[in-house]
Amino acid sequence: MALRGVLRLGEIGIRVLDLDLARTHYVDRMGLIEVMCDEKERKIYCKAWDEHDHHSVVLREADEAGLDYVAFKVYDDQTLTDLEPKVEAFGLEVAHIDAGVYPKSGRRLEFILPSGHRMQLFAEKEQIGNTLGTRNPGVMPDEGVIRGFRINRLDHCLLGGPNIDECGRLFKEVFDFDLSERIEDEESRESLALFLTCSTKPHDVAFVIQPEPGRFHHVSFLLESATDVIHAADLIGKYRIPVDVGPNRHGVTRGNTIYYFDPSGNRNEVFSGGYVHYPDTPTLTWDTSQMGPAQFSQDNVPRESFLTVVT
Amino acid sequence: MQYRVHLEELELDFTCRQDQNVLECMIGAGKKGIQVGCRGGGCGVCQVEVLEGEYAARPMSKAHIDEEALAQRRVLACCIKPRSDLLLKVVGKISKPIQRKHP
Ligand code: FES
Ligand SMILES: [Fe+2]
Repeated sequence: MALRGVLRLGEIGIRVLDLDLARTHYVDRMGLIEVMCDEKERKIYCKAWDEHDHHSVVLREADEAGLDYVAFKVYDDQTLTDLEPKVEAFGLEVAHIDAGVYPKSGRRLEFILPSGHRMQLFAEKEQIGNTLGTRNPGVMPDEGVIRGFRINRLDHCLLGGPNIDECGRLFKEVFDFDLSERIEDEESRESLALFLTCSTKPHDVAFVIQPEPGRFHHVSFLLESATDVIHAADLIGKYRIPVDVGPNRHGVTRGNTIYYFDPSGNRNEVFSGGYVHYPDTPTLTWDTSQMGPAQFSQDNVPRESFLTVVT
Repeated sequence: MQYRVHLEELELDFTCRQDQNVLECMIGAGKKGIQVGCRGGGCGVCQVEVLEGEYAARPMSKAHIDEEALAQRRVLACCIKPRSDLLLKVVGKISKPIQRKHP
């Protein structure tokens, strides 16, 4: 592998009910950097400081909250060419999006996941860097570049819908992901949640079973340390941001985490830590007899809202 | 200005200022009656029907509150502020687990 093929969740499109409130939340409070704004389309484009690509989060004003699309970045254009027939052979219809249709971006492939979510693949996006440059970059950006929740980068998302085993098969067989962890029903052994990785992280994408297709459970951002999670929690409290689950640790993936909502009800997570995954790491399985420790391992209490509240 | 909010079926009463949303007041009063979710009008779990009274609403996700629902005065409790005393009814699936927990 040595990390070729699909690289990461490179861009996420989120629908918000009010763009100005969304800007206050994602930019002013969380500290993402607004790199571009499209007043006519009612969109803003943001990045985290340590990402080199032009943007990773696209907020669009709409009359429904939820997920617009997820776009994974792949290694190069040849990867796109190679993946297209495989996605089609899996049984999904692939649409072509020309370079430039999505700003600063090369051509994209688009298809609908068995869970009902719109997914894209792209190989190229303009890079604007992390302010440090690439020759003798040093380690510290100027004062003010890292601010708010001190988010380093977009990390993963959790999508809710039916047919999650089919999604798992697509990501494993076509996109070369590994199944790092799985939650199953203790009796029926049915999959309730799947965690998939294309890197050495515990997950790059996850699916949770939901009756309705295309639901958005959360988008997650990486922080440097558990101390930063507590720092974010202090700001979340200060600004009265609605909290879903206060600072805790996940059993699944072992991340130090806090969950909160944006002003349109989309769930966000900031987290740090987790173990290192390699392609030969065995899949870890949790079942419903241990939902508390699987979800939140510091108090072992499963959260009902965590399974029922989605946009 | 402060108004009284009554949740039918659950026999729940609390007060709410005109600059507060109904869900936040219910939580603030230490009450549990409407399911608490995203508090942003996105998830739909706090849906109620306004049987009596006036309110002001902020944008709510059309996935949960479409024109028809609005016409029937179905709204999301986290998105409405009272403009008079309110009589509310919990809508749909969400009342069940809550009634179980708070008989
Ligand atoms: S709590 Fe989610 S819409 Fe009110
Ligand atoms: Fe997460």
